[in-house]
Formats: sequence, C-alpha cells, structure tokens
Amino acid sequence: MKVLVTVKRVIDYNVKVRVKSDNTDVDLANVKMALNPFCEIAIEEAVRLKEAGTASEVVVVSIGPKTCQEQIRTALALGADRGIQIETEEMPESLSVAKLLAKVVEEEQPGLIIMGKQAIDSDNNQTGQMLAALLDMPQGTFASEVKVDGDKVNVTREVDGGLQTVALNLPAIVTTDLRLNEPRYASLPNIMKAKRKPLDVKTPADLGVELKAHTTLLKVTPPAERQAGIKVSSVDELVEKLKNEAKVI
Amino acid sequence: MAILIIAEHDNSTLKGATLNAVTAATQMGDDLHILVAGSGCAAVADAAANVAGVNKVLVADSAAYEHQLAENMSKLVAELGKDYSHVVAPATTTAKNFLPRVAALLDVAQISDITSVDAADTFQRPIYAGNAIATVQSLDSIKVITVRGTAFDAASTEGGSAAVEAVSSVHDAGISSFVGEEMAKSDRPELTAAKVVISGGRGMGNGENFSILESVADKLGAAVGASRAAVDAGFVPNDMQVGQTGKIVAPELYIAVGISGAIQHLAGMKDSKIIVAINKDEEAPIFSVADYGLVADLFDAVPELEQKL
Repeated sequence: MKVLVTVKRVIDYNVKVRVKSDNTDVDLANVKMALNPFCEIAIEEAVRLKEAGTASEVVVVSIGPKTCQEQIRTALALGADRGIQIETEEMPESLSVAKLLAKVVEEEQPGLIIMGKQAIDSDNNQTGQMLAALLDMPQGTFASEVKVDGDKVNVTREVDGGLQTVALNLPAIVTTDLRLNEPRYASLPNIMKAKRKPLDVKTPADLGVELKAHTTLLKVTPPAERQAGIKVSSVDELVEKLKNEAKVI
Repeated sequence: MAILIIAEHDNSTLKGATLNAVTAATQMGDDLHILVAGSGCAAVADAAANVAGVNKVLVADSAAYEHQLAENMSKLVAELGKDYSHVVAPATTTAKNFLPRVAALLDVAQISDITSVDAADTFQRPIYAGNAIATVQSLDSIKVITVRGTAFDAASTEGGSAAVEAVSSVHDAGISSFVGEEMAKSDRPELTAAKVVISGGRGMGNGENFSILESVADKLGAAVGASRAAVDAGFVPNDMQVGQTGKIVAPELYIAVGISGAIQHLAGMKDSKIIVAINKDEEAPIFSVADYGLVADLFDAVPELEQKL
C-alpha cells in the first residue's frame, strides 16, 4: 500500500511571532522556518507503517514556493521515499490546497493519506477534512492511534469528552493529533541520502487547478496584552485577595 | 437569508457550546434555524426550540446520525446549507470534524474559530496560537463558520418558541462506522463551561497527585484541567488538556498549579478573568500573565489552600 503524506513549511514553533507595524500580516522576514509539528507526526506514522511492512512506499507532498523543498527534504531524511512539490508563489487557501492535493491523490492512488490536523500558522484545522470531502473518502481526524486491518483502518480519535474509535474503508484520510507518536530525529547519513531521493516539481496548471480566493485578509493585529499582576506572599493573602479584591470565590 | 446553526448534543441533552454559537449567529442576522441531527434526539430538539432568538428547529432523526460521523453529517448539512447565508457551529471536536467537509462540498471557505463578528461577512479569529488576530472578510455567498465558545456569551435556554420541523433526508455514506468510545466520567463541571478551573502541569509529578487539585476543585465547584506537559507525560487523559491544541477555557477564576506557562498553554486560558499561578520557580512565564502569583512548593500550598477555602 502506498501512503501519501502532506507537509507544510511554517514558522518554527519556538519562535515568538510579531505582527508587522502596518498590520498587514505577521513578520516572517528572517524568521526560522520548520516543518509543521503535526506534519512531522504524520511522516513518523507513515514511516512506521513502512517499517512494519504495511506500507510499500511513502510519498511526501508540499505546496508553496521553492523554499518548501527544504521541508520535503526533511521528510525524505526521516524516511519518506520521494517528494512532490507543487510550486505556488504564495500559500493558497485551504480549499485550493485540498483541490491541488485531490489531483495528486488521483494520480498517485495512495491507500492511505496522512496529514497534520492543523498548521500552527493559520490554525484552521480543515484541509484534511476538505480533501476527504472532495475525494468522497472517509476520515479519521485528530488521531491518537491508527491500526490498518485488511481493507479497513481503525482510528482512535481525541474528542472533547475522551477517545472515540471509528472504522474506515480504505482508501482513507487520517489527520494526526499530538499523541499519535513521538517523531524521530533525522540522522546525518539519512540527511545526506535524502538529497539524492527523487523530488518532482509540478504547477497548479499541470494539475488543472485554478487557485481562487474565497476570503480577504483585511488586517492582522496583536492580541490584547495581559498585564502581570502581583505576587502574594502566603496562601492566606491569596485567599483574602480572591475573596475581597477579585471577588471570585 | 437565514442562518443555520448546527447543534452540539449527545442525543439526550443540548450542549452549552451551541448557546455561544447562537449568540455569535445573532450578530450575523436575525432569522436563526438550528439543526439537530442525531438518533432519538427529540428532547434535544425541544430544548433547542426554547433557546431565545431561535425561529425554527430542524430535526434529522436517523441511525445514520447517531454518532455524527463526518461522512454522513457533511452530506446532510451541505444539502440543507445551500439555502442559507451562513452555516454556523461551535468549535467543538464534533463540528471541527464535519464542518470543513461541508464547506468543501459547498465549494466555499471555512472560517475557523471566530472570536468576533465585525459584520455579517467579516470576522476576527486568532492565528499563530493566539499570538495574532486576523480580521477576515468572506467572499463566498455561503459563510461556513466555527465559533470559539469563550468569546461569546451563552444565549438563554428559555424564552424561545421555535417551530420544530422534521427533515426526512437520510445520508448514509456507508464508508465509515462507529466502533466505540471511552468517555471520561466526572461529577465536576465540564472544563469549557466551568466558572472555576484548576489545572496541573508537569510539576504535579504524577497522576495520583492530581487528587490534591480535585479536593480544591470540589470545594470551589471547579473543573480540573492539565497542561500539555502533564498529558504527554501520561499523568492524566487528553480530554483534560487546556491549550491551543486542547480546550480553550475562559473561566472567572483559573488556578495554574505547577505549570510553567508555555505559549501553547497560555493560548488556551489567557482570556480567563482572574488567573492565579502557584509555582516554585519565580521565573516561570506563567507569572507574567497571572493576576496573583504565589511562589511556593505546590505540595505545601495546595493542601493549605484547600483547608482555608
């Protein structure tokens, strides 16, 4: 079974983002970029399926300017077999991303598609679900456990009240949550080897997809800052303040 | 055109998150319809009909909707949604699962997790884990939206007298099925609805030690939460996680115990009215957002707090 994994290049999760002074967007100039953490978990899961003999090939796809090849190479160093970059100038909206990915799925015919549940930049949590709808495939979102069993996959999902398990007919789409696995680090020999793995570049036109804007970003502003309060010296003082000053107990 | 709100429920009770979505919807238009899709969910429909401001309740009662599987729900909501200006749902894991599918079937964008309605087509939403707020205008004829509950007051559960109408279409995609669930059982209030939340972090050391937080919670009628570090360490289950990728809470009082205050955690609780931090590391970032900080060993301070409440 072929497994397709999608990856997104995003700001490194350790970097504190700042809003541009003209409020048009966040400032990404000279900021460290990295693989979206949820996508890293998706690659790890695919590579484990390959190591277990369930997956025969792991194909990784990313969408964006040439710089996103860096994240494809990272995925290849972590164990994916080949990469596909869909070259776009800017980051298309989720629905357009899903339409591009749907074309890749039609060409590649994977048995399982693993994606991050959300990207830590736009925080939308929607592309996997949209892709599933366009392909009329079942979905296991927010996965904490994935078990392939013949022509089905059982996915345990992190839901508000606890955990839910669903059975999906393959081909299916899984989106990863934090506790699905702990991603490995790429070794130096694997990083070297990744440089020689195949990486195809396609354009939206090659795939016959026209990118369309469904929203306009009017402005980006910093959130309301919260001021630090006071330090209390004892539990007694804390209880007194909560009762008489804050009046919350 | 009217607004379709998708009810969050468990086939017997209407969940509070629906009420916050109703309030958000009232800021987009005034003809509000609620869809209750489930199995044996008549009591939920009755409750929805009583919600203030609601004009009509649509009930799709079928075994196909019992567990609100995304594959089935999305087809139903897309079929109904094409006649509405807005399709609105609370940003719970149920709606976050099926609503983007609805948007794709309608060939429109989804605007996720809104915190403010500026106009019927313009919304604010947090991005970058809440470190920036985007103002987004929709260009679509149908706006598909999830609502962050903590950003909107709950609509009243009384005062409405909406007509209840049955929806006959049954969509069973037949490609997915429900296997089982493990739901946490607790007598305490739900995290996202509680007026007081007390959360523990890595400093708790292990899962058993959470019992000292539970004692305080029982005195205050509070819910118990946890940081991602405590969940990842296996101290407590995932449904207790407060943070960007867990639950977003905004209670009257939030007590952070043994939590350092990673950005990820702050994104889930910084809109709380009063924040208390108890941590033995006086440099912990949590103190920069706390109204009252107590630098102390939590194993001394928390039992003392419980006694003095």
